[in-house]
Amino acid sequence: MRKSLLALAAGLLLAGSVSAASAADKLKVGFIYLGPIGDLGWTYQHDLARQALVKELGDKIETTYLENVPEGPDAERSIEQLVRAGNKLIFTTSFGYMDPTLKVAKKYPNVHFEHATGYKRNPNMSTYSAKWWQGRYIQGLIAAKMSKSGVLGYIGSFPIPEVVSGINATILAAQTINPNIKVKIIWANTWFDPGKEADAAKALIDQGADVIMQHTDSPAAMQIASERGKLAFGQDSEMIKFGPKTQLTSILDTWGPYYIERVKAELAGTWKSEDSWGGLDSHMFAMAPYTNMPDDVKKIAEDAQAAITAGKLHPFKCPVVGQDGKPVECKGGDHLDDGQILGMNFYVKGIDDKLPGK
Amino acid sequence: MELVEAIILAVLAASTPLLIAATGELVTERSGVLNLGVEGMMIVGAACGFAGAWLTGSIFIGALFGIVAGTLMSLVFALMALGLAVNQVATGLALTILGVGLSGLIGAGFVGERITPAMHLYIPSLTDMPLIGRVLFGEDAFVYFSIALVIGVWWFLYRTRAGLILRACGDNHVSAHALGYPVLRIRTFAVMFGGACAGLAGAYLPLAYTPFFIPGMTAGRGWIALALVVFSSWRPGRLVVGAYLFGAVTILQLHAQGWGVGIPSQFMSALPYLATVIVLVLLSRARTGGSTAPAALGTVFVPDR
Repeated sequence: MRKSLLALAAGLLLAGSVSAASAADKLKVGFIYLGPIGDLGWTYQHDLARQALVKELGDKIETTYLENVPEGPDAERSIEQLVRAGNKLIFTTSFGYMDPTLKVAKKYPNVHFEHATGYKRNPNMSTYSAKWWQGRYIQGLIAAKMSKSGVLGYIGSFPIPEVVSGINATILAAQTINPNIKVKIIWANTWFDPGKEADAAKALIDQGADVIMQHTDSPAAMQIASERGKLAFGQDSEMIKFGPKTQLTSILDTWGPYYIERVKAELAGTWKSEDSWGGLDSHMFAMAPYTNMPDDVKKIAEDAQAAITAGKLHPFKCPVVGQDGKPVECKGGDHLDDGQILGMNFYVKGIDDKLPGK
Repeated sequence: MELVEAIILAVLAASTPLLIAATGELVTERSGVLNLGVEGMMIVGAACGFAGAWLTGSIFIGALFGIVAGTLMSLVFALMALGLAVNQVATGLALTILGVGLSGLIGAGFVGERITPAMHLYIPSLTDMPLIGRVLFGEDAFVYFSIALVIGVWWFLYRTRAGLILRACGDNHVSAHALGYPVLRIRTFAVMFGGACAGLAGAYLPLAYTPFFIPGMTAGRGWIALALVVFSSWRPGRLVVGAYLFGAVTILQLHAQGWGVGIPSQFMSALPYLATVIVLVLLSRARTGGSTAPAALGTVFVPDR
């Protein structure tokens, strides 16, 4: 009796491994999302990229995603769940997943991980992000050209380097057009609260700003600008639907090419841990069509985009002068180096405001 | 002058959903029931309200959808917390979690759509008056309704026999029961009223405030409404003050940032909450004979038959 049970167990084990083998014909790729895929912003763009990946390599891979995964310790469970489900390459798509991803990566050395916007890596964990400040520079040029009042309105989420470098790039660009340009900055202290974002946009417009930019996630500010007949830039994704006569352009997160490249590497067995910080040249993001502006402004924007893509124009070319009037140390030759931009915690000259926490 | 008017308008818009949701919760709590599911009922109201308005093209029908959705959510709560005498705190929290999920499901098909927001009143010459014209005569229906709602609730609670009975249920359900009042039925109606208000408050967001639907768009306003009820020490008059004070601090801190007042924005974002705590302390120290919490608030009542 015992023997036959053992045989049965062995048979089951064998059957199990066989079915695992047939499933392994397709590479399993997992995604962890911060928001719902319908957030029209950050997570939505990651999911568009996943769909592009499926379209390109659908016959060789199988994708799974978990949405609405909160940042922090809870994320660990979700990442591990994807590992246990047999995913061999896992993209964790928010800064707050950094430590949980690293923890799971150390536990499963045979699984590869890709973490967005973080800085901690492991032999089986890569990081990737985009140089959005390049796009912000182009927006600064457009904003200065289009503003009649000479006052720009900027809605920030949190005063972290990613957002601060965006503000600085915007102003540096705007100053090349109008040296006296003013910017009013309001920190919403949230990434996502449509009501508060709308209130911030109202406050900026009521105080005289006529071009609104945002580093928060919902299209609320765009809608307010549209209601008031002002101009605005979208964020993360195409928001022209919310302001057909308002949106000048939008920085679009386009992770698709990167995801395809990394999955191809995984399929070919050439995947290795890297840090990818891509800009316009590597198609990590794109600019939405330049709309609601005259042709000469459009040309300025397109020229700047071409120059940045070709590496001829660097938004943080030296000298970059801080608020104290002193030039910032120039570590990258003729421009600030990536490390200085990644850790940017100062405002450039021309911003009247004080950086919170400084 | 124009800036002052603009600020007042923004404050009214920001305060209205808080006022509506908090008024409903105030009635619920006055009957002795603590429903912590306001956020969940609001977000379902937002999803259904937007769906209704988008499908029919009518803001009014959208608002009705929101009210019905909030009421249905509150019935789930009533069934658990009143019918089955389950712990009210746990049920309320579960209702919020349910609401967040459910609203995402209902709203999934409507994300990215936009509607024409609720119309604002316009009376020639009256609305055009400087400073007060648009504030008094240029709002949308939700704002006027919210004021009428609070006045109605005040009148009901303090000037009608039914209101007195409702308060009696909240202060001592055993006595109310002994006097022959149907405590559970009264509480069920109070919970439904709270749900209807929360649903309408939620619907206000996509119908008038930011005319689109995105999952999670209530962003914690239900919790603020709950805090406001405590802030008001369960009195409608103080609730109005609290809601507008909260809205005012929220909007003014944004303006202060734009003016470049050198105060850290994180501190200013925390100001509304700090104000709530300070007022709570002042109220509890004053104790001017005013009503504090309904004595039976949050306690389970099972009538012995």
